[in-house]
Amino acid sequence: MANNEIPLWEVFIRPRNGLAHRHCGSVHAADEVMALQAARDVYTRRGEGTSIWVVPSAAIVASDPDRKAENFEPAASKVYRHPTFYEVPDEVGHM
Amino acid sequence: MPVPLDRDTLLIFLLRLADDHLVLGHRLSEWCGHAPMLEEDLAMPNIALDLIGQARALYDYAAAVEGRGRGEDDFAYLRHERAYLNCLMVERPNGDFAHTMLRQFWFAAFMHPWWQKIEKGSDATLAAIAAKAAKEAAYHIRHAGEWVVRLGDGTQESARRMAAAADVLAPYLDELFEGDEVTGAVAAAGVAPEPASIRPAFDRTVAQVFAEAMLDPPGAAWAQSGGRKGRHTEAMGYLLADLQYMQRAYPGATW
Repeated sequence: MANNEIPLWEVFIRPRNGLAHRHCGSVHAADEVMALQAARDVYTRRGEGTSIWVVPSAAIVASDPDRKAENFEPAASKVYRHPTFYEVPDEVGHM
Repeated sequence: MPVPLDRDTLLIFLLRLADDHLVLGHRLSEWCGHAPMLEEDLAMPNIALDLIGQARALYDYAAAVEGRGRGEDDFAYLRHERAYLNCLMVERPNGDFAHTMLRQFWFAAFMHPWWQKIEKGSDATLAAIAAKAAKEAAYHIRHAGEWVVRLGDGTQESARRMAAAADVLAPYLDELFEGDEVTGAVAAAGVAPEPASIRPAFDRTVAQVFAEAMLDPPGAAWAQSGGRKGRHTEAMGYLLADLQYMQRAYPGATW
């Protein structure tokens, strides 16, 4: 019952200063204050976080899985986009 | 100048505090697996573990103060009902979720300002326990307080339940602030102020949350008392039977 009535929130935790917030899961909560509280209780029990973001799951715009091929496969053949593709002359030293 | 505190009085004071936290922690742990939603099923045991952790630190110190070879488990599991000195509110059955949240909110709103004073008190060990506990209690106020607001100012049914909880629990409020020769001696020694001196801070916190929750201020025609002297309600024996079963059935069991 609760699941049908209470909105879902995506939870992002920043493990340490200097790192980005990372998606770690979701919680149900009636509003943003309760969502932060639930996120704290569910996802930071082992000292995982220094900061929490919550975002209504409904606010996330996701790519269409059916378009995976057209979205992502073209990148597979473009290995020259990886920096490791290039050989750096010894004279350059550390970049 | 602070008046020196005798060992027996400090021991009673520590056991009162420790028993409050153990018994409320045990009550809260009864929700594990039964909470109305998964998120609360983690949140309530989290808080229970905070409370039991505080109780352990206090029992450990009590054992050292007593100096008769008893340890934290002896205090927690092997005393008889009349030796427990917790206030009555914490031993009352959980009731519904609104009831549990209101009790939690009131207890935290009482302990938080008291811990903050004890943190600055003359007993270094207790001050260290208080410093950690004050942070935990601050979160307990926030967690339970938000629920009091959501339920009090929620649906007709949730508001009815929260108001009913306030009616049922109000008679147990005054006992928190009771003073006697023990609290007097502890205050004179500069260890912890009289609980009555915490009342204005407690009232402010409660008034703010109750106003936001659209609830009438709590009031009771009479006050229950007796816990601090070991006189408990009918619920306490059942609670201890549950709490003590393992150590009574398998003395000294560890895992």
